[in-house]
Amino acid sequence: MNLLEVDQLQVNFKTPDGFVTAVNNLNFTLAQGETLGIVGESGSGKSQTAFALMGLLAKNGVIEGQARFEGQNILSLSDQQMNRIRSKEIAMIFQDPMTSLNPYMKVGKQLMEVLMLHKGMSKAEAFEASVQMLDAVKMPEARKRMHMYPHEFSGGMRQRVMIAMALLCQPKLLIADEPTTALDVTVQAQILTLLNELKKDFNTAIVMITHDLGVVAGLCDKVLVMYAGQTMEYGSTEDVFYQPTHPYTRGLLQAIPRLDSEGDILTTIPGNPPNLLNLPSGCPFHSRCEFAEERCVKEAPTLEEYQVGKLRACHKSADWGVAS
Amino acid sequence: MNVQTSKNPLMEVSDLKVHFAIKSDNAWPWSKAKALKAVDGVNLSIFEGETLGVVGESGCGKSTLARALLRLVPITQGHVVWCGQDLTELDKKQMRDKRQELQMIFQDPLASLDPRMTVGDIIAEPLHTFQPHLSKQQVKEQVREMMARVGLLPNVINRYPHEFSGGQCQRIGIARALILKPKLVVCDEPVSALDVSIQAQVVNLLKELQKEMGLSLVFIAHDLSVVKHISDRVLVMYLGNAVELADKTSLYDNPQHPYTKALLSAVPVPDPKIERHKSIQLLAGDLPSPISPPSGCVFRTRCPHANEHCAEHKPPLSVIADDRSHQAACSRLLEFA
Repeated sequence: MNLLEVDQLQVNFKTPDGFVTAVNNLNFTLAQGETLGIVGESGSGKSQTAFALMGLLAKNGVIEGQARFEGQNILSLSDQQMNRIRSKEIAMIFQDPMTSLNPYMKVGKQLMEVLMLHKGMSKAEAFEASVQMLDAVKMPEARKRMHMYPHEFSGGMRQRVMIAMALLCQPKLLIADEPTTALDVTVQAQILTLLNELKKDFNTAIVMITHDLGVVAGLCDKVLVMYAGQTMEYGSTEDVFYQPTHPYTRGLLQAIPRLDSEGDILTTIPGNPPNLLNLPSGCPFHSRCEFAEERCVKEAPTLEEYQVGKLRACHKSADWGVAS
Repeated sequence: MNVQTSKNPLMEVSDLKVHFAIKSDNAWPWSKAKALKAVDGVNLSIFEGETLGVVGESGCGKSTLARALLRLVPITQGHVVWCGQDLTELDKKQMRDKRQELQMIFQDPLASLDPRMTVGDIIAEPLHTFQPHLSKQQVKEQVREMMARVGLLPNVINRYPHEFSGGQCQRIGIARALILKPKLVVCDEPVSALDVSIQAQVVNLLKELQKEMGLSLVFIAHDLSVVKHISDRVLVMYLGNAVELADKTSLYDNPQHPYTKALLSAVPVPDPKIERHKSIQLLAGDLPSPISPPSGCVFRTRCPHANEHCAEHKPPLSVIADDRSHQAACSRLLEFA
């Protein structure tokens, strides 16, 4: 059975300028120990997907659809029920390690709190377990650092504290929202190596939200490409990277300058990402797509499973990408 | 483009140091301020028409170096020689005249534009300052021409910065920097705030304009792939020091300094097969504080090859035997080469 099944997830925000659909008809499944990468540019709805799953949407957000975690729809749970699941079963690592820790609390106390609340541990037990977890995320001098405040840590170390905190109760699902975006490459490499090890050791399922396709390539089994709140392409990492069938995925892959290739001029995707308040008709990508036809302007393509486990939303036939 | 050793460099920087005085909160009023060595003895030359990339992690002093080149921060020691003239010796007024030839593009595209000025006014301001003899009509014409060159439609001339996306704001910033036809443009992380698809547009634009106008660029970024794409030569910095300087191909294919090697191996490659099977040289620990950097070689606390010698002697940036244009600052290069 799948650990997580997201079924037609839709997130709308009521704003003074009208309804904004941040996430539109999102479907994916995740098995135990699997890693899914959600990629997209800013405003594509990838973070809102994470917040919706954790029940952390802003007050003006409205959720439709279902997200079944071990068969239970977590989107319909009350706050109290959700609190029991959060951190214990599903944990999240936030994007900004600088602002997601409480500056007034010692790091140790922030970690122990989780264990005392969810596992009913005593203070002493929680302390030992927290030290162990900090050791596991390769925090140097873990015991000493339990008594320090977040501002005494560097960015990389703070992110390690966040990861340790997320893993304290050994959750079955970890949602990581751009966990390395704010970090330097050498620190990013340390954190990604750590996540890869944790995947092996704890068999945790991970939803990795990022805009960096390099991170996805190293960590994820499956990829979901989002644009303007919608799924453009979904499949195994190998398929999406080596045989992208959606013009947006192809554009994205070609637009990144790569360390392992030369090239004079980068291939670009013309234009700008759309305004969610005022989405273009038909396919949201049509105004930037060089292959757009009349049909793309008039009707939105539906997400179709063109091969087992591979989905795409485009009017062009699936073998278009392979043929050219 | 290769390093043109025959040509005179446009800008020559020697032993540049920028130190900031830091007073700690609980110090006595009479205690001496500590020095934060943001840039600590950098030597480099910039040649006509080339792009010099500067990479390094946060806190390595690359932005301070960029500002020091244009004297936007006070220079503690050293010389910046621009076309035969030492910029550090000029007074304010003389320096201001020089700024026509030296322009800058900033990191945050929106914050670097005055929110109360229209796009047309922003791009025209350098002309008003430096070429006041131009008539209104002439200014307008030049602004229009520049806007077309950076890909801004003429009908946006009366709009305000907040009406634009990040990529377009960066185009406005580029237009403002280039309207005086400068010789050197320092770009401080011009694309790091932009999305991938927009980043490619701006990088291509910069490359195009450089070719058209024969500009020299100093391109600062933390993204090694972008720097590889745009640069002719690349300078790697660590904790205020230059650790390696070489032609692009030579640096990326054959890095010499242990820090450069670690940095390059850490960059994720968007290719699942390569990315999952490559070996990453993880660096131990964190960046030391620039207020009290390690003695000797600044990288020694995280270097896998460091020995006692490294703690005592600070290695200078020196030429590698078989490649004259490739310089690295490591005293043990020959041993583990």
